[in-house]
Amino acid sequence: MKKSGGRLPKGFDSDTLVKLEMESNPECLCLVRATVERASEVLHFQESETRAIVRSVDEALANVMRHAYKGAPGRPIEITCRRVRSPENGREPVGIEILLHDRGAKADPKKLKGRPLDEIRPGGLGLHFIRESMDVVEFSRKNGKNQLRLLKYLHPAAHKARSVGE
Amino acid sequence: MKIAARETQGSTIFDVSGDIDLAHSPEMRKALLGEIKEKKVPKVFLNLREVRYIDSSGIASLVEGLKASRDVGSRLILFGLSTSVREVMQLSRLQKIFEIYDSEEQALAS
Repeated sequence: MKKSGGRLPKGFDSDTLVKLEMESNPECLCLVRATVERASEVLHFQESETRAIVRSVDEALANVMRHAYKGAPGRPIEITCRRVRSPENGREPVGIEILLHDRGAKADPKKLKGRPLDEIRPGGLGLHFIRESMDVVEFSRKNGKNQLRLLKYLHPAAHKARSVGE
Repeated sequence: MKIAARETQGSTIFDVSGDIDLAHSPEMRKALLGEIKEKKVPKVFLNLREVRYIDSSGIASLVEGLKASRDVGSRLILFGLSTSVREVMQLSRLQKIFEIYDSEEQALAS
């Protein structure tokens, strides 16, 4: 989303599709899902892949609200969707990168592993959905902020082959 | 999300539409557990044909409803799963745990 004839807002670059700021209010999740769905469609992801991306972002935001902010409303969350370009020619879009930032409690590494699916009980499925749906899932913490980086390639096999060959 | 209840042959059918997400799954959970644990309805059906989206909290509510129905000896039966809901059930590996039918007629006849 580039402004014509002016400088880009801070934090944007030419590959930023959209940047959202929201509060930790579950009622706002539908707005983010709609936005991420359109961003994925712009990059020509198939319907099932778009649903997977939307599901991942929604589950990640729900985790931020429930665990990082412990259900407290009105806390800040930033969502950035970026086009990922081919490292070979720097032009061809090859995927979507979504960055989520929050100022909540540091994530517990033990809880980032998910749970075995053979246990039939409520809860603990969100992280499983994210890991099943995205090609890259990375957690980090810097300057009091949690960052979750999600990446999905349009053609994951090509990138797997490339990384194996490197 | 909207949830409406119908009664038929001593059973309850919930018609659910819209998105079952973190904001709305507590409402569905309350409705389900109310019928199963408090009213002790022998069969509770959930029509999910008009559900566009369900997240893990929605699935957790369904699992809770299923466990409650097993505890009291009743049945929780799902039908009309949209593509999106079916995908999430498969991801959760729960499709074999629930009673799932394509149509209301098949569900009622079960």
